[in-house]
Amino acid sequence: MKAAQPSASAAAELAVQAREAATRREGFWAGVRKRLARDPVTIACGVILLAMLAAIVFAPLIAPHDPYQGSMLRRLRPIGTPGYPLGTDELGRDMLTRLLYGGRLSWFMGITPVVLAFVIGTVLGVLAGFVGGGLNMLIMRATDVFYAFPSVLLAIAISGALGAGTMNAILSLTLVFIPPIIRVAESVTTGVRNLDFVEAARASGAGPLTIIRVHVLGNVLGPIFVYATSLISVSMILASGLSFLGLGVTPPEPEWGLMLNTLRTAIYVNPGVAMLPGACIFATSLCFNLLSDGLRQAMDVRA
Amino acid sequence: MLLYLLRRLLYAVPIALSVGLVCFLLVHIAPGDPINAIVPADAPQELVEQIRRDYGLDRPLPIQFAVWLGKVAGGDFGNSLATGRPVWADLSVAIGNTLRLAFVAALIGFLLGTALGGLAGVFQGSWIDKAAVALAVAGVSVPHYWLGMVLVVIFSVQLNWLPAMGAGPGGSSDWAWDAEHIRHLILPAVTLSVIPMGIVTRTVRGIVAEILNQDFVQTLRAKGLSGRRVVFHVVKNAAPNSIAVMGLQLGYLLGGSILVETVFSWPGTGLLLNNAIFQRDLPVLQATILVLAMFFVVLNLAVDLVQTAIDPRIRRG
Repeated sequence: MKAAQPSASAAAELAVQAREAATRREGFWAGVRKRLARDPVTIACGVILLAMLAAIVFAPLIAPHDPYQGSMLRRLRPIGTPGYPLGTDELGRDMLTRLLYGGRLSWFMGITPVVLAFVIGTVLGVLAGFVGGGLNMLIMRATDVFYAFPSVLLAIAISGALGAGTMNAILSLTLVFIPPIIRVAESVTTGVRNLDFVEAARASGAGPLTIIRVHVLGNVLGPIFVYATSLISVSMILASGLSFLGLGVTPPEPEWGLMLNTLRTAIYVNPGVAMLPGACIFATSLCFNLLSDGLRQAMDVRA
Repeated sequence: MLLYLLRRLLYAVPIALSVGLVCFLLVHIAPGDPINAIVPADAPQELVEQIRRDYGLDRPLPIQFAVWLGKVAGGDFGNSLATGRPVWADLSVAIGNTLRLAFVAALIGFLLGTALGGLAGVFQGSWIDKAAVALAVAGVSVPHYWLGMVLVVIFSVQLNWLPAMGAGPGGSSDWAWDAEHIRHLILPAVTLSVIPMGIVTRTVRGIVAEILNQDFVQTLRAKGLSGRRVVFHVVKNAAPNSIAVMGLQLGYLLGGSILVETVFSWPGTGLLLNNAIFQRDLPVLQATILVLAMFFVVLNLAVDLVQTAIDPRIRRG
């Protein structure tokens, strides 16, 4: 009996190791989830963003007033006015209502360009990286041209030429974000293409489409996705910035950047209310940035 | 080295040409006939055709591009549609003001960023590190046009310490490095410095932390080198990549200043561009974008050469 004991504990040890190995083999996503669960900042940011999203989606149900109906009698009321918890704007419209409705366009204009650029940039970047040769040359030299412009300048230049409008602003921002996503996608794909398992897949008769779909995309989408999430914060600041310049949303539509612009003269009368739209942009952009940092760490992606 | 320099210069030529092409096409992606921006809508048809011929707008696009390129190379950016004055007259003054603002902002941002990032990298995990990282994230997340307004509310409206608008007393656009002008420069420069501060902090922190983990630092310490000498080696190794990031950031400031200039009515390219957009003054729009982008191209080239001069390992083909 005594002699059996050590071997029993050794077997137990082995069982523990096997269980650990099995849990480890649960996969990449289990690890990511575990690491995220230990990161309170990222979770808090995710919760705040979800709450904001819910608030702007259900704006018509929550908002206490009409977003367009103002009154000259109650212009620029301070924060805390009964019935108008966040005060009123320069045309006497309820700020809380305008901020809730304004978030819809600000979020839409901030996220849409990144999503579009993610799709287009990934397709072009993976093609350039996978096919290589002349196609790679063509795509990468074209992105070089866009890299010769500072991004803000390029967005303002295209929007300025196209004229004001939500769709023009989205189009110009999409064009600004495609080149950096192409670069990331191309470099990750080039790295994966030369790995042994791709060679093995090719040797066993897989066609290029199958290799891209199964072996390449599965390995490159993660890093590209993390990179794209880090662009959302910049995109929100730029989208609202274009509206702030008068190049995006047109009045009387509520949008945070445009509201910040129309309230500019109010900083001498009622600075608290005038600062609110910008504070919303800041909070959203900060949360997206921290969320993206958290994802990058959890997924162990190198920048 | 000389050969490398030549190759880099040659490579910059097609880039510069394509930048020119994009700027040229800007006018043509604008909705409507470009002629409509020049002549009033009720002008007689013969006059419209006359002007179209005078401006060369009846010729094929490639030829128009070549002609435009030739003029631009000679420093002729055409006349403003809004004021009728040569574009370069207004642009040259505005560029000076934008560069001044961007350089001072870059200086503030780089100094703060390097100091914060360096300290954070050396004392990883300490409260200094956490504070620096928090500041850096806030710096890159803040909409700078809003930060400008907040600073105006605090320092101009509430405390009445600094002017809220313009580049000098009485709205003059002539610059001098005297107390009154510098007082006007403080708020916009600080506002604009926040983004490079954040990015440089993050970059320098990452680079310093990585270098400190390398074997050679341990060897230096084992050799008995003093702390200061070790820092010298770390700085030498961190410099090339830090410089690259800073160079790019300086370029981004040239574009990013547009929004800040609008907030502070700073008489730079941002204000010029803003007015051009609202008056549909396409020649001014085109010239401003082109000149700023060319600065960026030259800057990129300079960064590349400086980087290679410091560290010959990073040569780009």
